[in-house]
Amino acid sequence: MAATQVLRSEWTKIRSVASTVWTLSLAAVLTIALGVLISILSRNEFKNMSVKEQMGFDPTFISFAGMSLGQLAMIVFGVLVVSNEYSTGMIRTSLAAVPQRGTFLFSKIAVATLLAFVVGLATSFIAFFLGQAMLGSYKAQIGDPGVLRAVIGGGLYMTLIAVFSMGVASMLRSPMLSLGILMPFFFLISNILGAVSATKKIGRFLPDQAGSKIMQVVPPVGDDTPYGPWGGLLIMVIWVVVALFFGYLLLKKRDA
Amino acid sequence: MIELEGLTKRYGEKLAVNNLTFAVRPGIVTGFLGPNGAGKSTTMRMMLGLDNPTAGDVRIDGKHYAQLKDPLTYIGALLDAKAMHGGRSAFNHLLCLAQSNGIPRARVAEVLDTVGLTPVARKKAKGFSLGMGQRLGIAGALLGDPRILMFDEPVNGLDPEGIHWIRNLMKSLAGQGRTVFVSSHLMSEMALTADHLVVIGQGHLLADTSMSDFIEQNSRSYVRLRSPQQERLLDVLHEAGITVVEAGNGTLEVDGGSPEKLGELAATHQLVLHELSPQQASLEEAFMRLTAETVEYHAHTDEPGMTPPVQEPPLARPGWGESWDRAKDEGAR
Repeated sequence: MAATQVLRSEWTKIRSVASTVWTLSLAAVLTIALGVLISILSRNEFKNMSVKEQMGFDPTFISFAGMSLGQLAMIVFGVLVVSNEYSTGMIRTSLAAVPQRGTFLFSKIAVATLLAFVVGLATSFIAFFLGQAMLGSYKAQIGDPGVLRAVIGGGLYMTLIAVFSMGVASMLRSPMLSLGILMPFFFLISNILGAVSATKKIGRFLPDQAGSKIMQVVPPVGDDTPYGPWGGLLIMVIWVVVALFFGYLLLKKRDA
Repeated sequence: MIELEGLTKRYGEKLAVNNLTFAVRPGIVTGFLGPNGAGKSTTMRMMLGLDNPTAGDVRIDGKHYAQLKDPLTYIGALLDAKAMHGGRSAFNHLLCLAQSNGIPRARVAEVLDTVGLTPVARKKAKGFSLGMGQRLGIAGALLGDPRILMFDEPVNGLDPEGIHWIRNLMKSLAGQGRTVFVSSHLMSEMALTADHLVVIGQGHLLADTSMSDFIEQNSRSYVRLRSPQQERLLDVLHEAGITVVEAGNGTLEVDGGSPEKLGELAATHQLVLHELSPQQASLEEAFMRLTAETVEYHAHTDEPGMTPPVQEPPLARPGWGESWDRAKDEGAR
């Protein structure tokens, strides 16, 4: 079984369902539109901010504010790419065609990851430039130290969110169950843990909080995060690898 | 050639498939028959490496399924008609399968034409009727031009024209020397298509025999008699040394009797007959007798306390135990 055959097959699969286009374009539109909106609001609010807030003002990160919502569409993309197979019964046809389950799963994930990266990176660049245009005199330049890293990092962040969701969906199989766990996890639990000082130290090791560090250029005043931008991304990568590993292990053992 | 050896699948306490040993040979249609829940689909999924057997082994041309390079070119299977993504077009569904096994793109159009789905090739599969879904599944099975074909309940949901088409398709595939393995819960369907029969009930092998042997051993011919003078008729028959079974509702059944002789006998004794008819027990009845004890979900149409609907066969069935032994011997070899 040549892996290139399976990669080509998975590409046909992913481009031939409507959910791919919907989820990815929704992720891009939400991230960009919300980023633009919040950039406009921030420019108008800047004068009213405290000195401390003005010191920690991070125009690059502000333009990525839409990602908190856009990542949810990325999660749906990642979940559907994998769980579609199970919810439709296609998995039996797929595994009869490709009985090497590792090749099957990782080809699927490789194709979906590449697509998520292309869309994520484009989204990140567009969100940055449009966001900066809205920020007027407070804007950052792409050539400023750390900015290009943050913009590329934005693309990596969106990609890794999608891949993490693929891993979780490989474990849970059901799209409803996967979304029912991932959505509140990223939208509520992570935020709640991060907001309460007692749990903040745990919260910042969650994949989204650790990973989003890569998009920061100016750290908030008094920031005591024990890892830098790449360290944060590494923590996120570890979460992704663990999710994929268990997803693979379960697929390997389970009856289809 | 598919060979099963001691194939067993256990779900918790329940044995879904119990120690199945048989071989599916090329050049003929082999029917895989059993009531609902007998373990047919589980067996087929294990053949394709989808479910892991608890014990035992399946080999396709001597290899495990996972060892086949481009498996769709060895064995094509229709498991269930809805094992596909409804949002994908028929063409793309087949294309992704073809690509994964290195099958040329042109073959997709060919099989779509074979199953008659060319006009709807670009339509999404979710809009398909059950019969069209079944045809698309069959197209997927034919895609790799495999030597072995496996169909799980292929006539389900097909209209009479479709049923006719699939029967001919299976026969012609077997005629080309391919191995054709088809499951059904309908004996009547098998009688029309299968050359060989494998019967299971509650996961056990009940018979592994040629269709003609099965018909010979299991079809019972008898003569049905009805008479207003039943008591006298019984006496007369007893005197003539003819074994009679009272079948209820005032009818008598004589196994293997000749209607001519029985009629003449009645005339000699001046008995009035309301019915004198030769009867042939259907294969469906034979199948039901064979699997009666193993049917998992009995429907109870009779009132409680009445006699069970399936009677013990009045005739001993020499032979079907033999085939079971023969199967065991074959497996041992």
